[in-house]
Amino acid sequence: MKRGKKIVLGGVSLVVAVALFFGLQRLVVPKYAGDTPLEGNFTAEYYGEDARHDVIMVGDCEVYENFDPMVLWKEFGITSYIRGNAQQLVWQSYYLLEDTLRHEKPKMVIFNVQSLTHGEPQREEYNRMCLDGMKWSETKAEAINASMCKGENFLDYVFPILRYHSRITDLTKEDVKYYLEPRKITHNGYYMRIDTLPASQSDVADPSWLLGTEEERKAAQSGENEIDDPWAEIDEREENEADAIDDPWAEIEGAEESDREDESGIVEPGADTAQSSAEGDKEFSAYAMKYLDKMRKLCEEEGIKLLLVKAPSLAPQWYDGQNQQVSDYAKKHGLDYVNFYELLEETGIDYETDTYDGGLHMNYSGAKKLSRYLGKYLKKHMKWEDHREDANLSKVYEEKLRFQEEMKEAQQRELDRYGEIRNY
Amino acid sequence: MDLEEISEGVLAILQELHEDIRFEAEEKMVDDKILDSFDLVTLVTELGEEFDVDITAKDFVPENFNSVESISQMIARLMEM
Amino acid sequence: MFVSYGFIAFMLVAFVLYYLIPRRFQWMLLLIANFLFYFSAGKYYPIFILVTAATVYGAGMMMARCDRELERYAAGVRAGEIPKPSRDEKKARKKKINGKKKRWMLLCLFLNLGILAVTKYTNFAVENVQNIAGGEFTPIDLIVPLGISFYTFQAVSYLLDVYWNKCAPQKNFFRFALYVTFFPQLIQGPISRYGDLSQTLYGEHGFDWKQVRFGLERILWGYFKKLVVADRIGIAMGTLLEDPEYYTGGFVFVGMIFWAVQLYADFTGGIDITIGIAQVFGIHVEENFIRPFFSKNIAEYWRRWHITMGTWFRDYLFYPLSISRPMKNITTATKKRFGMGGARRVAVYISTMVVWLATGIWHGAAWHFVAWGLANGAIILFSEECAPLYEKFHARFPKLGISWGYRAFQVIRTFLLMCCLRLFDTYADLGLAVKQFIHMFTQFRWNQVTLQELVDLGLGKKDYLVVFLGVLLMFAVSMMGRRGSVRERISKKPYAVRYGIFLALFFITLLFGIYGVGFDAKQFIYNQF
Repeated sequence: MKRGKKIVLGGVSLVVAVALFFGLQRLVVPKYAGDTPLEGNFTAEYYGEDARHDVIMVGDCEVYENFDPMVLWKEFGITSYIRGNAQQLVWQSYYLLEDTLRHEKPKMVIFNVQSLTHGEPQREEYNRMCLDGMKWSETKAEAINASMCKGENFLDYVFPILRYHSRITDLTKEDVKYYLEPRKITHNGYYMRIDTLPASQSDVADPSWLLGTEEERKAAQSGENEIDDPWAEIDEREENEADAIDDPWAEIEGAEESDREDESGIVEPGADTAQSSAEGDKEFSAYAMKYLDKMRKLCEEEGIKLLLVKAPSLAPQWYDGQNQQVSDYAKKHGLDYVNFYELLEETGIDYETDTYDGGLHMNYSGAKKLSRYLGKYLKKHMKWEDHREDANLSKVYEEKLRFQEEMKEAQQRELDRYGEIRNY
Repeated sequence: MDLEEISEGVLAILQELHEDIRFEAEEKMVDDKILDSFDLVTLVTELGEEFDVDITAKDFVPENFNSVESISQMIARLMEM
Repeated sequence: MFVSYGFIAFMLVAFVLYYLIPRRFQWMLLLIANFLFYFSAGKYYPIFILVTAATVYGAGMMMARCDRELERYAAGVRAGEIPKPSRDEKKARKKKINGKKKRWMLLCLFLNLGILAVTKYTNFAVENVQNIAGGEFTPIDLIVPLGISFYTFQAVSYLLDVYWNKCAPQKNFFRFALYVTFFPQLIQGPISRYGDLSQTLYGEHGFDWKQVRFGLERILWGYFKKLVVADRIGIAMGTLLEDPEYYTGGFVFVGMIFWAVQLYADFTGGIDITIGIAQVFGIHVEENFIRPFFSKNIAEYWRRWHITMGTWFRDYLFYPLSISRPMKNITTATKKRFGMGGARRVAVYISTMVVWLATGIWHGAAWHFVAWGLANGAIILFSEECAPLYEKFHARFPKLGISWGYRAFQVIRTFLLMCCLRLFDTYADLGLAVKQFIHMFTQFRWNQVTLQELVDLGLGKKDYLVVFLGVLLMFAVSMMGRRGSVRERISKKPYAVRYGIFLALFFITLLFGIYGVGFDAKQFIYNQF
């Protein structure tokens, strides 16, 4: 064979192999479109966005389920995008922010502080859902290295086929349907749910640490026993609970594993409060704080205002000590910190109507309330251009709002038909 | 004892093992599995007795047992030593 | 071991360097690679293998020295420098020098078998002594170096070959160390002879695309067998073994077949990878399997399964033992008392059973391996005894013996018999293995093994289909292999076909292989954060 022909043949062979490789890889990677959980698409969705944003929110579900950028647009003319994922850890938030800054420069970054409680990588699956969708850059490599759990391998991120190959025997029609174009789930990063599961009808979270026991709440409503400071009540309860525990060791073991408890999704009532003294006083780990520092410095360098928030989730419990640490940090570095637990009255959050899972996350109604409050807060503290006057942008958002309306209707249809939301 | 006498002795022992085989015509008794391990082990013992030689593992290779001739040559060599 | 990213990356680096450096340094690169491989497997491992390499090398040199001493003496006598000794004088001198040689050999042999025995069998011995004497068994924490059974046997074969002058000793220690440590063999064998391996191990190898391609194809085929078939069926096997109380009766039979598939795919796959790696480096390693499941009887099976181990035991234990002086004495005595029939048998019987006992123990320090070994020996001797009966039978039905159906019957019979023997190995417990074997007949119910039950073993229907197709492919390749090298045949096909086959096998292995954590959608379900 002639040399030239050989080179051509070799080239063609290589191209075929590489094309097959990536083609098959695309096939087995989860599409996060219903056959697999929806939460794996969020990171990638951002790159389809060409509008630029005033505000970027980073954090875990406490941002992406609780704030609706569409409300900020509609009612305040502020553009915003949420780069949040399931259990997005502080370093992941940092790197996603860094990644975002490669594409645009917002005026403000909002970080939800819940993830400060985690000082080390938690679950490989969540790492994947957060990081797989990231575009390749130095930032992504660093994010992976910062996030990997024990036993994980960098190569598995480079070639996701190594991680997901076993799906080859479980492929679904979604894998074909969303082969080229992923299913769009979020509204500028906001994951919307319109259904409701009142906290009182769910045992996933025990609200008493925040709202007092049922009797106390009734009493408070009837005005007999006014509670000025909900936190004081908790301290009292803790002591009572601690006394009531038969086997203190069992509880302590439980506390040690508390970082894993989220797997079950069920926070045992009682156990939580019993841990509070240990858990609440624990300082945030150096690893988590390091990335908060990095985030703060990055914002300083870029001239971006950083706002810390804490969303009002009933679980996991947000302890006094934790709150104090965030307050102190904010004070020390001249940051603003909005704790929504203290603003239940102002926002009007009602855990009977504003959550779809018994208090862990807001539903659309709750998100609207929090977003409105946030919008007002933003307007009050900073000057914003009203982008609604921008005709081009308005057009883009018209489309986005239409998408949201359609999804609302679709969810409502499912609710009417099945009594639950199945595909969203 | 010359090679011919040795050959006769070897053949006699082989015939004792299997009467029905014409050993003098065989060239590959081990490779063709005419002699199995039972035969080989017995053969070694018998040869040792008959010719007063010590056949050890060193000599116990197929090439030495493939034909009457090769067996006889091995015996001659061992007697020589 | 073969299936870690680290190993594959290590291989790639070694491969590229091997063909970049000057060819005379190639063997040194392999030696360094061996050391790194062994060191990464366990930081104390290199000490053990170096002790073995050094002692066997030293013994080889000392034995060679004895040979030279004898030669000098003989040459001196021939040249007339030494006054012509009497026959007895000559004999005595020879005996003395050979005695010295033998002592070196024995010293080295017992030292190395001793290391093997201490590292591998101390706990087994202590446990059994304490079982008899009473008292609590506390295992001693001993390092068992990777592949010690393989490299010790390989070193011993060299020692004895040099002792018997079947091969010339290697004078360069580092070259010798390369022979003992050649890394692809440390995982699952084979046990190569110095005379075979040395022919290509130290040579200068230019980049030969055909060799490299054949090597890569072989490696890929090995990974396919291991990852797609063995590790997949291994999941179901694991469940079967976890609860032998429940999975009894018909499931013992199912397990037997699964185990055969798993063991075959895993072991031959590992050997394919080993031989393929060596081939990529231009080194020829002897085959370890020749379609063993097509054997028509157990003795033949053992000539075709794990061949290098079988021939090792034959050459270094069975033959030396059966023609040793004590054994000859027993044979002679038996002949006097019981005639030729008894004499023919006694040495072979004793040696066979000793060999199979040793084979059992070599596989592992446990009673079930001992039982497994002895059962193999017993069956081989039994079928040897039945040989005349078979002959009579075939003399009466001459057409039957050559008919396709009868041969298939023989193959299946041998396969099932070996499956039964392997139960010792499968259940890794002597009592349990016997119990399950009995239950296979007494508690057998046809309706027991349902599709649902099979799925409950942890494999989906599609997984069973994958295993089935994999087995079918292995069978087809084996059948093709009967008529010459499959790879040669593929290499005659047009490029597109060849490349297509390669890519197909690659992607099938990549996708259908069992490796990594596996995907469980439930694990991805986000709950709480």
